[in-house]
Amino acid sequence: MVTKYDLVIAGVGGQGVVLASRIIAKAALGMGYQVRTAENIGMAQREGAVVSFTRLGKAVEGPLVPENGADLLLGFEPAEAARSLSKLAQDGAAIINKEPIIPVTVTTGQSSYQKEAIFQYLEEQVKDLYFLEATRLATEAGNWRATNSVLLGAASSLDGFPIAADILLAETLENVPAKTREVNQRAFELGREAMARLKGQKA
Amino acid sequence: MAKELMMGNEAIARGALEAGVRVATAYPGTPSSEILYTLSKWAKEGLLYAEWSANEKVAFEVAAGAAYTGARSLVAMKQVGLNVAADPLMSLAYMGVKGGMVIVVADDPGPHSSQNEQDTRAFGRFAQLPVLDPTTVEEAKEMTKEAFALSEELGLPVILRPTTRICHACSGVEIEEPEKPKGKPYFEKDPSWVILPAVAKVKHQRLIKLQAEMRERFGNSKFNEITGEGKVGIVASGVGYAYTKEALDRLGLAGKVKLCKVGTAYPLPPKLMADFFQGLEKVLVIEEGAPVLEEQVIQAAWDLGRTFELSGKRTGEVPIAGEFNVDLVGEIIAKFLGAEGNFGSKRPVPPELPARPPVLCAGCPHRGSFYAFKRAARGKDAVFTGDIGCYTLGAAKPLSAMDTCLCMGGSITIGSGMAAAEPDRPHVAFIGDSTFFHTGINGLLNAVYNNINLTIVILDNRTTAMTGHQPHPGLGLRADGQQGAEIDIAALAKAVGVKFVREVDPYDFKASVEVAKEAMAFQGPAVVVMKRECVVIAKKQGKLEVDPDLCTNCLVCVKQLGCPAMYIDDGVKISHNCNGCGLCAQICPQNAIGEAK
Repeated sequence: MVTKYDLVIAGVGGQGVVLASRIIAKAALGMGYQVRTAENIGMAQREGAVVSFTRLGKAVEGPLVPENGADLLLGFEPAEAARSLSKLAQDGAAIINKEPIIPVTVTTGQSSYQKEAIFQYLEEQVKDLYFLEATRLATEAGNWRATNSVLLGAASSLDGFPIAADILLAETLENVPAKTREVNQRAFELGREAMARLKGQKA
Repeated sequence: MAKELMMGNEAIARGALEAGVRVATAYPGTPSSEILYTLSKWAKEGLLYAEWSANEKVAFEVAAGAAYTGARSLVAMKQVGLNVAADPLMSLAYMGVKGGMVIVVADDPGPHSSQNEQDTRAFGRFAQLPVLDPTTVEEAKEMTKEAFALSEELGLPVILRPTTRICHACSGVEIEEPEKPKGKPYFEKDPSWVILPAVAKVKHQRLIKLQAEMRERFGNSKFNEITGEGKVGIVASGVGYAYTKEALDRLGLAGKVKLCKVGTAYPLPPKLMADFFQGLEKVLVIEEGAPVLEEQVIQAAWDLGRTFELSGKRTGEVPIAGEFNVDLVGEIIAKFLGAEGNFGSKRPVPPELPARPPVLCAGCPHRGSFYAFKRAARGKDAVFTGDIGCYTLGAAKPLSAMDTCLCMGGSITIGSGMAAAEPDRPHVAFIGDSTFFHTGINGLLNAVYNNINLTIVILDNRTTAMTGHQPHPGLGLRADGQQGAEIDIAALAKAVGVKFVREVDPYDFKASVEVAKEAMAFQGPAVVVMKRECVVIAKKQGKLEVDPDLCTNCLVCVKQLGCPAMYIDDGVKISHNCNGCGLCAQICPQNAIGEAK
């Protein structure tokens, strides 16, 4: 059991950010941790930016992860990962879906998506960084909606992640619709395989 | 005991169930909506009566009526909902209740999804009713149970005031056996239930006397606590207390500062303050929102004849607006204590990031409604007044189809006022179906009665979408899953005397523009019901694609509709979140958009 583990999940409404946070929290609660989660729901749905906090440990106070406090940042979308990076501890790890979602403000010319600058910022700022093609892997598993399962699988492969892969997978399958379990299991495993490859490259 | 991961709102609902609530009511509003949603699941099992009420005033009075009979009742709403229910609130404080009545009002510091940041604790103080202010999800459940008991002991309704970080936070919460509701509800007739001035005089005196009793009881409340010691003190409430504790831990000062947690937000018990003030030279007050605690601390110091240096909102150290977090509170505390803090961001600011506000969904019927009226109003200098719901997002570019939004039901009435003041200009009011039932009907009656020249567009998407798809009177579907009477909006408009009433499908662009033109040309109030089920609950219609051979890249579709399914990547593309509404295909000048093969 770890004393404290703070996790930030950042993505876009509709990507399953909140569900991923719930799955981690439920698994941790089952292991005997104290758990707190928080997110903005309501206005944050509908393709808007979504951030979810999951905190677990022996004694947790408030539900919000402080600046520079997260052990892990799970980025469901690169720009959203960059937006939340100030939450990540200096020695924290980040697992980030490589595939951007271009917001309406960009297609209508109100703002811009500076892909290269964003990736460069992430690479410069995070030492323990893993980029995954999570949406592609989910599609390969059978449905792009299983992107969150890919990223959960990837997280479970990270050294120091407090929940064992089999426990997290079981909790994931418990919380997705019955008919999508096979797809989600495959997605979870593809996430683990991708992480194994990335860790191999690093070593 | 079993622990279950629960959202704060679920914990409050669970607390009410365990306390034997018989009648629960609410009008949905973020961040409060899941309270009644959770209770409605038990209503389906016959454990209580639960209803989605037409608005908060209705919900409040239904719950009060139940409490008159001795039943335990709960009413839930968001902070601005209490404004709608303010009339019964202020008088019920005089009249009191027999069964325990808990008024749950969810505040939204930030605000995240509200019109304002008003503080319900201040409302409670104004009404002179007890207010409980939870720090954690677990405490929200405990307080709910305690609030029912307290309400019965005092014969007054009790306000529970969670904030967004309680309502929409999750924690492991212990489940206990529900209490069986006690006795058989029976309304005992008595002249004191009729609030004539003579009765009000007596009841007001009773309420004033009860203030002392409330202070006395709260002096021994388990929701208040003093820990640590020293000459310096911090008094904190709500989620601000959790941030304070965490900040003190990080500063290595836990236990070295006298820390007072206040869970009984109103009235502040003098006994607690007498203990807290003991030996203190300076005090910091940490609370989100209005200085409700701070002002009571000052009052207590005056009453107890104590003087010390006091920092808080009055002195500018603590903000009155916006939401708190550990970093903000930590910096305030470090400065107050003269300690070395280590709060705030350590990284350089990221490169410019794309703005990603919430938008109308791909296939949202409101997009078609707004676009049709914009087309019909071309060159007419029309004003579009708006209301509260998903469709408020129609104010954003590129639709820019909303010029005003103030409060629930305000579209028709603000439009009426404008029509009275600038009669030569066309005015169109947009209001959702649920909002129309909430407080739009009065505005419609008024427009008919006074023959206001106004087009009223009711965006009937067959649900209360913004808050999570609760049913409403227009569907007839009730909270407990039973089918009730369905109220037909067009029939209602005709019945109150509107001479121009049309229903049209916003997915049919041509028909929508024609009806919009007719309505705007009509003299007197005209009602158009744009009827199409919300895309989130409707079955996917299909998926469209752009024929690259026909597309001339004019970008009319992308630039005018702002649909999140459309993007530009070597020509216009339509992504997998397309629902096949067909609006883009209908406005494409080249007929280049069709069903995906």
